[in-house]
Amino acid sequence: MKCENQMTLEFPSKSINESFARAAVACFAAQLDPTLDELGDIKTAVSEAVTNSIVHGYPDTIGTITLRCRILAGNVLDIVIKDKGRGIENVEEARQPMFTTGGADRSGMGFTIMESFMTELKVSSQLGRGTTVHMKRKILKRGGKS
Amino acid sequence: MQITSFLQDKQLTIALQGEIDHHGAKATLRMVEEKIDQYMPSQCILDFRGVSFMDSSGIAVVIHTLRRMNELGGKLRLTKVPPQPEKVLRASGIDRIVQMEGREAYHEV
Repeated sequence: MKCENQMTLEFPSKSINESFARAAVACFAAQLDPTLDELGDIKTAVSEAVTNSIVHGYPDTIGTITLRCRILAGNVLDIVIKDKGRGIENVEEARQPMFTTGGADRSGMGFTIMESFMTELKVSSQLGRGTTVHMKRKILKRGGKS
Repeated sequence: MQITSFLQDKQLTIALQGEIDHHGAKATLRMVEEKIDQYMPSQCILDFRGVSFMDSSGIAVVIHTLRRMNELGGKLRLTKVPPQPEKVLRASGIDRIVQMEGREAYHEV
């Protein structure tokens, strides 16, 4: 699919960067003229994926998270969030609602939210090698827009 | 995240202000718990009016507050929930176990 624009960010897995990552994606997505609702969905999904890398990918260390955004033909925002952390043993199980290996302050709803807020979600992971979350969101063209 | 609270007739209202994500969730949880333990209310209201963003970390905050209120034999209610946090809360199904006033109540403000 043709890529019309793109950006890549790299940042350490510090929790302060969660808000930075979702704000950066929201700014980049603005060129697709999304509604506030669509923007809210995208920010939420990015926040979930980045938090997963921080909490589960790099539980005891600070590692690098790579965030790539592309705009594909047909008003599609394509987001890849990648870490080289611990990896997920069983991706199917991790994607189940309420499943978490995190502490009491985690809800286990991250993947469920990414799945329901985005058009497409792919998760690939290898133990000890890291996890890649690939999501797409089609932004509807609004009336009155050329 | 900042919180302000007031107590009236054993009803504790806690207004949340800012973004709720993993980075700030633990502190938010602690602040809310401290207020509840201090006042031991029979009803707790979490006012979401000032929450500009929330991800699934907010769900854990609500679940914990609910658990604490259940232990006290009290009730929990969420009010004035803006559309973005409302969507996250509904996606988690938490609106089935906690009374929640969303969008309409929010626009009346």
